[in-house]
Amino acid sequence: MTFIAKPRIDLPGQRTNEIGLYRRDYEGVLSTLCAGCGHDSITAAIVQAFWEMSIPPEKVVKLSGIGCSSKTPAYFISGAHGFNSVHGRMPSVATGAMAGNRDLVCIGVSGDGDSLSIGFGQFGHAVRRNVNMLYIIENNGVYGLTKGQFSASADKGSKSKKGSINQWKNIDSVSTALSMGGSFAARSFSGDREQLVTLIKAGVKHPGCAVLEVVSPCVTFNNHQGSTKSYSYTRDHYHPASQTDFIPPATEIKATYAEGESTIVELHDGSKLLLKKTDEGYDATNRSRVLRYLEQQRARGEVVTGLLFINGELPEMHQIYGTSHTPLKDIGFEKLNPGSEVLAKLQSRMR
Amino acid sequence: MEPTKTNNPDYYHKVVDCQWACPAHTDVPEYIRKIAQGEFTEAYMQNRESNVFPGILGRVCDRPCEPACRRGRTNEAPVAICRLKRVAADHRDEDIKDHLPVIPEQKNGKRIALIGAGCASLAVANDLMPVGYECTIFEALPEPGGLMRSNIPSFRLPAQVLNEEIGYIVDMGADLKLNHPIESMKDLLDEGYHAVFVGTGAPKGKELNLPGREEGGANIHIGITWLESVAFGHLETIGKRVLIIGVGNTAMDCCRTSLRLGAEDVKVMARKPREFFKASDWELEDAEEENVEIIVNHSPKEFIVENGRLTGMKFRQVEYEIEYGRIVNQMTTAEVIVPCDDVILAIGQDNAFPWIERDLGIEFDQWEVPIVDKTTFESTLPGVFFGGDSAFGPKNIIWAVEHGHQAAISIHRHCQGKDLHDRLPVMMNLSSRKMGMHEWSFSNDFDPAARRKMKHVELSQRFRDLTTEVELGFTAEQAQQEVERCLNCDIQTVFFDSLCIECDACLDICPTQCLTMTPDTDMDAVLSHMKAPRRNKEQMLLISEPLKQTARIMVKDENLCLHCSLCAERCPTAAWDMKKALFKFPRAIDYKDDVHNCPDHTGRNR
Repeated sequence: MTFIAKPRIDLPGQRTNEIGLYRRDYEGVLSTLCAGCGHDSITAAIVQAFWEMSIPPEKVVKLSGIGCSSKTPAYFISGAHGFNSVHGRMPSVATGAMAGNRDLVCIGVSGDGDSLSIGFGQFGHAVRRNVNMLYIIENNGVYGLTKGQFSASADKGSKSKKGSINQWKNIDSVSTALSMGGSFAARSFSGDREQLVTLIKAGVKHPGCAVLEVVSPCVTFNNHQGSTKSYSYTRDHYHPASQTDFIPPATEIKATYAEGESTIVELHDGSKLLLKKTDEGYDATNRSRVLRYLEQQRARGEVVTGLLFINGELPEMHQIYGTSHTPLKDIGFEKLNPGSEVLAKLQSRMR
Repeated sequence: MEPTKTNNPDYYHKVVDCQWACPAHTDVPEYIRKIAQGEFTEAYMQNRESNVFPGILGRVCDRPCEPACRRGRTNEAPVAICRLKRVAADHRDEDIKDHLPVIPEQKNGKRIALIGAGCASLAVANDLMPVGYECTIFEALPEPGGLMRSNIPSFRLPAQVLNEEIGYIVDMGADLKLNHPIESMKDLLDEGYHAVFVGTGAPKGKELNLPGREEGGANIHIGITWLESVAFGHLETIGKRVLIIGVGNTAMDCCRTSLRLGAEDVKVMARKPREFFKASDWELEDAEEENVEIIVNHSPKEFIVENGRLTGMKFRQVEYEIEYGRIVNQMTTAEVIVPCDDVILAIGQDNAFPWIERDLGIEFDQWEVPIVDKTTFESTLPGVFFGGDSAFGPKNIIWAVEHGHQAAISIHRHCQGKDLHDRLPVMMNLSSRKMGMHEWSFSNDFDPAARRKMKHVELSQRFRDLTTEVELGFTAEQAQQEVERCLNCDIQTVFFDSLCIECDACLDICPTQCLTMTPDTDMDAVLSHMKAPRRNKEQMLLISEPLKQTARIMVKDENLCLHCSLCAERCPTAAWDMKKALFKFPRAIDYKDDVHNCPDHTGRNR
């Protein structure tokens, strides 16, 4: 961390996005995380993605639970709505927020402790309900805030900073999301800014719960030899399964690609995802094959990244429930609260 | 890509824009920090080391440093570097004798003649006296100082400041011969001096030979000569309506001096539009503040003389066609007569050497300018050196001082019988400014404050006499705020590629996005990857060795960096450090007798 806030400096030639905002307008307060934390890198990627997509800050709701990861929403888009929930309960708050105002862009930031330990149940249900949100899991394999104990995502056999070896098999958030019936699952690395920004954009545009796990090294407790979540280990075992290009609405696809090597996924707002396979036979739209692939690569110790699974046709929460297309805030009070007579009538029907 | 070699002192020196722009390479950020700490005497001496006349330059320097100031790149005015120099001079200890170099009692037996007691000669004496030379300074006027005394009016530069700073040098034991013009170079050379330095400036004001010049001669003055007459009390009045021809800094001094001699309507007549003015912006502002009217696009045509007396001047009104800052065409639209009582010509000056015989071996070019070596300042006659305006024509005080430093080295080498071109290199020392976690021994928090404005004497008080200094100096509060505006460009961001773990922390925290990590390819690809586009090709890129994990390279655009040290604060492995670059510019005294000639010009002993 630093003690000095990043100054706002008026430099000639600074660019604005389509809605006239500078990149700095998407930043938040001074980060109090350790210097070199992967989480700060993810924060910067979020800033870049939201700035480039010209999303108005007041249209964004950022939510988190407890943990190092859950501190990060303070560090981006100061102008957004936000809620810092109880440990592991971010998905409930997200579900409620999106139920109330479906027009918001929802970004939930959680960690391996927050989502795979204490909030594991909540995580599963948000995926199952397909709440329209970007669900980022910042995965560093340790409980950094309590001084570096193994978390539920720590790989079996990896070594802690003090030298003990992890005896338990890890929970893999991507395959968990897939088996919960998730519609979007991706993995990235805080050290691969280009891929991360693309996946954040894809996740924001995806109509449903977009689970994006990001390997985010803990410089203080998990960046040593023997760690499987360090900068150098992740880079050595880095294995992109597919390469994704995000193509905003009404933009021509300029990249040339050979037939059969790429898939185009069209999203509801007209933007497209161009998936280029790097592994032969990889198909990010086939759930069972993806699961098999993930298992194979895990056995080899590879850190598989990229947009690993997507199905944009699965109904999201509002479609499943058949709820109002109008956000609740835009429905008049009279209609939302029709009075005790109507309530009495409703109750009498249930007697 | 080829990694940047930062062990050449020039690399980091160039980053310190003010110091690089200063001809005498004054360590500006260092003295500003000393002022911030209240160490005014130390700040003064730091200045004196490079520019010899901090009190004088703090008032009248041409400030090449300020346009270069990094502050200017943040859409703000540069740091008031020059006026902070004055703060150091104003608040230093009265007695600085203990800080001045010790003059050896035992002289080295070499006698040096210095012609003209201006800034160049004084700077030479300042460097040579501590080595043990005997210096004799010849001055034609009754007081030393050269143009600093004769051409700069005392309401800008009080005589007391001049006397004090010239005194430090004369008191080193220099033999100052006043009222002693040199009439013949030959006679001087015959006196057997071991070396002669010519620092006679550019004393000949340019003439404007138009109809009526002779007839109206009594009321037509040459600017620098006129200023000199005023400075020495030979002239105390001028007409009510005065026209100044020319719009350089001398013109500004002429118009403001006229006001103090009783003129009421002073107009500066400029031939070209404002963007072509030679005067510094601040001097123009000061003149306009005193209600001097500056009239553009008027080209002088004729002096109007009636009954043997100057009554006005005829001008052609000119319209210019300007493309990309250059005049491509001009046409006269009308002619006007501007009535006046006096005209002062301030259209430039030349050096002139009627007293140097042309058969001594000192060669002159077709414009009667001496041929002088640009490094050694030696003329074509070994042992005769030129410096200041007399060497390469009119520049300004700070240039003359640097000429003096270099000429002093040459004179010393000459007297030792050594090769003049065999000079010591500039030395650099980098030392970390890290004190602890997030603790640096400099104020690194970016202060967005605007430049402080110095208070001036009320207009009503100004014109009573010639000597009321207009600028009042910074108040303590102003100085305190102004020093914090300095960005400490001399505290360098030094990168150690072997320590970097490529966590992106520095890239993300950088408030100007001057850092980029990019694949190691060719220059075009690197430039296209820059997070903030490279806007100034004059400024360098710092390119690292390939990084350990991904073999990418770290690229830093020195143009944008504000030396806030956030990259170093954020770095978990101390791959970035903030190090003070201290440069040592060799002076005559650094050339010891035991430095041998070395063919590779490194100055190292063999």
